[in-house]
Amino acid sequence: MTAETKNATNALSNLDLETPEKPYLDSNELIINMGPQHPATHGVLRVILKLDGEKVLGTECVIGYLHRGVEKIAENRTYTMFNPYVDRMDYVAAVSNGLGYCQAVEKLLNVEAPPRANYIRVILTELNRIASHQLWLGTHALDIGAMTPLFYTFRDREEILKIFEKYCGARLTTHAFRIGGCQYETYAGFEREVKEFVAFVKPKIDEYEELLTTNRIWLERTKNVGVISAEDAIALGVTGPVLRASGVKWDIRKALPYANYSEFDFEIPIGENGDTYDRYLVRMAEMRQSLRIIEQAVERIPEGPIMAKVPKVIKPAAGEIYHSIEAPKGELGYFIVSDGSTQPYRLRVRPPSFVNLQALDIMVRGLLVADVVAVIGTLDIVLGEVDR
Amino acid sequence: MAEESKPPVPPLPDGEKKPAAEVVPPAQTTSAANAVEKPAAAAPPAAADKPVAPPAAAAPPKPAAPAKPAGPVPMPWTSPMVEKYRHQYGSGLEAQSYLGQNYFSVDRSLIPNFLKLLRDEEQFDYCVDITAVHYPKREKQFEVIWILYSFARNERVRVKTQIVDGESVASAVPLWATANWLEREVYDMFGIKFDGHPDLKRILLPDGWKGFPLRKDYGILQQDQEWVQINLGIESGQ
Repeated sequence: MTAETKNATNALSNLDLETPEKPYLDSNELIINMGPQHPATHGVLRVILKLDGEKVLGTECVIGYLHRGVEKIAENRTYTMFNPYVDRMDYVAAVSNGLGYCQAVEKLLNVEAPPRANYIRVILTELNRIASHQLWLGTHALDIGAMTPLFYTFRDREEILKIFEKYCGARLTTHAFRIGGCQYETYAGFEREVKEFVAFVKPKIDEYEELLTTNRIWLERTKNVGVISAEDAIALGVTGPVLRASGVKWDIRKALPYANYSEFDFEIPIGENGDTYDRYLVRMAEMRQSLRIIEQAVERIPEGPIMAKVPKVIKPAAGEIYHSIEAPKGELGYFIVSDGSTQPYRLRVRPPSFVNLQALDIMVRGLLVADVVAVIGTLDIVLGEVDR
Repeated sequence: MAEESKPPVPPLPDGEKKPAAEVVPPAQTTSAANAVEKPAAAAPPAAADKPVAPPAAAAPPKPAAPAKPAGPVPMPWTSPMVEKYRHQYGSGLEAQSYLGQNYFSVDRSLIPNFLKLLRDEEQFDYCVDITAVHYPKREKQFEVIWILYSFARNERVRVKTQIVDGESVASAVPLWATANWLEREVYDMFGIKFDGHPDLKRILLPDGWKGFPLRKDYGILQQDQEWVQINLGIESGQ
């Protein structure tokens, strides 16, 4: 008994609460860890925050918790065997990943997918862009404190996943495309269902906007938060909606068209201020543009083969190639070195999330801790792709 | 480096996978891919013909008969920009184009200057990617590659250089801020050091990890067992 109380008093005296040199509330900088287990980091991202009270002085990202060595695996698999692996990088936009990879290998083989395959690819990729943006919107709004959009977006995203499931049997990691085209013909009623989906989701996007665009809390939390200038964005290699929200009108679908994007009529939405609110508006507008592309594609989809003539055993000639596409998150590139064998000699993935995440530091400096969550959300990163 | 790139075939990655390549043809013949086999089957006779009439058949059959197997070859790349720099750098710089994609092969010593020129004079303001490739059989084992893009010209270009194991390359962080993480990843995976990088440390693997996984001598199942045992408290990561 007595010993315990003695210990307690000793412990108290060690705290030195009274000494004037060390006031109880001091102004020292505080270092805290956000994550790796934190719901708002969308996976396992650890951000070390240097704080002055609530103000962020600097950050450091610690990544790699989901590192699976995708590039090493690629060197030990054939071109065909590696195809499903790319779905597991950005797992909310698996169709885009697959498109980029298949097209890169096709380029290396010097073959082109037939027109019908390109149409199917464009429709599915744009559907996936909408699904990815919907998931982003739901989780981003949830991070900031708006819970309703999550339910709305997940309800509507389900319709896209149903189309994927009917087309290729998988909802998330779809493995929808093959090198040289598509493996599966569209199912009966595909066009009708896609058209129905477009008609269904158009008013839903307005509905999301009704909830947020003029919502006072949303404006307070996103306007002038996480501002990045066009110069900084370019220097940091930031791409996708984040770059466009800073006012750079650049989209690979227009700048260096791949598949048959040059055949479609669509706009590149851009923002002005490069803040979280503009990025939100850009992504909302992008969903509508994707719907426009899908509408045109599904009207004009031609008959014909869906696979180009590619050998059963894929052995590209020795050489190297870089091919990139506009994934929902930015420029997704594949750099492949072939030595003439059936396996890539080296395969490098240029992941948009990884490069965009680097901008987090300059975007959150001077903001409050709560804004860090908003900025991580607005960057739209997927840790599976950051860490590969 | 100049001598190595001279042959018409692009820098041929060495041995490593040859056994795999030799195993494949028999597998193909046993498979049902007969239609696919035909061009390959046509190739061996052509090769067998060669010794009979070497001078006549040496060059012409190559582009004609194995149209597909031979594949595209790098072409010289000419443009006003290339002429300008070829004039300036002479043999230290080679410009080629493969399947419509242009690249410079540059001597290591010219890299910092050349990248700066591309950014400042030629408006290559966006550094898309920095990566490397390991060729263990070569004297200069590593190839470091910069992929650059210019918004103004809407043009993409690759710059590559070859270095010996242990040699470092100038960091591109002063030119493009994005190089920071990209170079850290190259260091993490290949052990290539970048001079002047503000904070060159591992990025995807843990700080204490030993070995550089994307080197060809690093096995796919290989791990830093010591690290795994100390930090995870298990015998093996596998």
